[in-house]
Amino acid sequence: MSVQNLNSYDPFADEGDPLGDSADVGSTSDYIHIRIQQRNGRKTLTTLQGLPKQYDSKKLLKAFKKEFACNGTLVDDEKMGQVIQLQGDQRAKISTFLTDNGIEKSTIKVHGF
Amino acid sequence: MASEEPLFDPSLKKRKKKIVAFTEDPLGADADPTVPAPDTIDTTTISGEKVDLGPVTAHERMKAELGDDAEPKNEKEEKDDLKAMFGDLKKKKKKKEIPMDFGDDSGTSTPAPESSTSAPAPSAAIPDDLDFSDLKKKKKSSKKKATFDLEAFEKELNDSKTKDESAPAGEEEGEAPDGSHLDQIDETELGEDPFAVANDAPVSVDAGTEAWLKSDRDYTYQELLTRFYASLHAANPALLSSSSQKRYTIAPPQLFREGNKKSIFANVGDICKRMHRQPEHVIQFLFSEMGTTGSVDGAGRLVIKGRFQQKQVENVLRRYIVEYVSCKTCKSPDTLLTKENRIFFMACEACGSRRSVNPIKSGFQAQVGKRSKNKTG
Repeated sequence: MSVQNLNSYDPFADEGDPLGDSADVGSTSDYIHIRIQQRNGRKTLTTLQGLPKQYDSKKLLKAFKKEFACNGTLVDDEKMGQVIQLQGDQRAKISTFLTDNGIEKSTIKVHGF
Repeated sequence: MASEEPLFDPSLKKRKKKIVAFTEDPLGADADPTVPAPDTIDTTTISGEKVDLGPVTAHERMKAELGDDAEPKNEKEEKDDLKAMFGDLKKKKKKKEIPMDFGDDSGTSTPAPESSTSAPAPSAAIPDDLDFSDLKKKKKSSKKKATFDLEAFEKELNDSKTKDESAPAGEEEGEAPDGSHLDQIDETELGEDPFAVANDAPVSVDAGTEAWLKSDRDYTYQELLTRFYASLHAANPALLSSSSQKRYTIAPPQLFREGNKKSIFANVGDICKRMHRQPEHVIQFLFSEMGTTGSVDGAGRLVIKGRFQQKQVENVLRRYIVEYVSCKTCKSPDTLLTKENRIFFMACEACGSRRSVNPIKSGFQAQVGKRSKNKTG
């Protein structure tokens, strides 16, 4: 017979730094960031960063390109990892596309003006 | 390419979709479930049409309820007038008189149906051996009376519409012709529009003018309650929640174009002062959100690389306010941002809540322009 209360459990055991898991507090690393960048003239670039690992960004890029009728590329960044880069302002389209395909809306962050 | 025209305006494309309700939250994760619902709801749709959401405060509601009793009296008088003038036309008129609330059908509130219904007047009235010319005059005057409300309302509506179009940072941002959805959502998240001009809609407080005061009949609970609220609000107008709340206003950003590729944000210092934030913090946020760089010039103005319009910068500022200025608990803009151990904390002056805020992180910056220009090695 075991009494649960009597189980030896040290409440003060070192749990490690509570903030240690994530590199910085309030990290936005789990967000999918959709950003826009100005180019020359009225041209823009849309970047999609922070795509979860389970999605194949190559296939996604292909779908984006077909769906939005724009060109795009996959950029490997040292810090940010793989970033999908599309021509034109595709922010709203990307976010609707992702939410339609089962990505939680709250994980998508649209930046820009 | 005409450089005078706003060459870069991504929201232009969205104009087509303006009518479609955009259920998507473009800010996504910004939608904090702990944020209480905004206490003021826009009474206008995106397309600028007014929507009658009903009375807002308890006081107003009661006013409206009582008003229903009070208004028909006036109407009746008018109706009696009309009855005298157009005998059997009365029924038609009555039908039209009743809806006093033209609020939600601004599109249909044209005086056209008026004339169509009053057209058969002569034929109906002639048997009463009235002088025809006389009747015409009368009819005209009465018609004017009937259509007065409509015309006034229309005029007002048009006025407000044009005003909104001319003033980009107008009071209701949602009415801006190509107001992007970002705009709309930010506003609702914030609960109120910080860029709005403080317009305290005067709520007519008429304490002690109720008709039933003189009569010796039993007063109803509703009447007493109205009276209570009326005197309460007369005594301390600060209690009138939505209308006379001290509004948080910020001057709209002043954007100029410097040359072809740079924009100048002139009153950045003033805006930072109003938000009680370090200009560096605000500027950092602006740059990371807009994906550009820039510098502060000698006069304290911010030179931003790229072409930006006032509306776009305003959008970004709005988001800044949502994230770093307004208290998430009580919506108060009286907050202080302090840095402790590399973490920014926002402490609310009004309710005392304290929370950490996300650090500003600029994301991936794509290669734009010549590669030879920014060779870092």
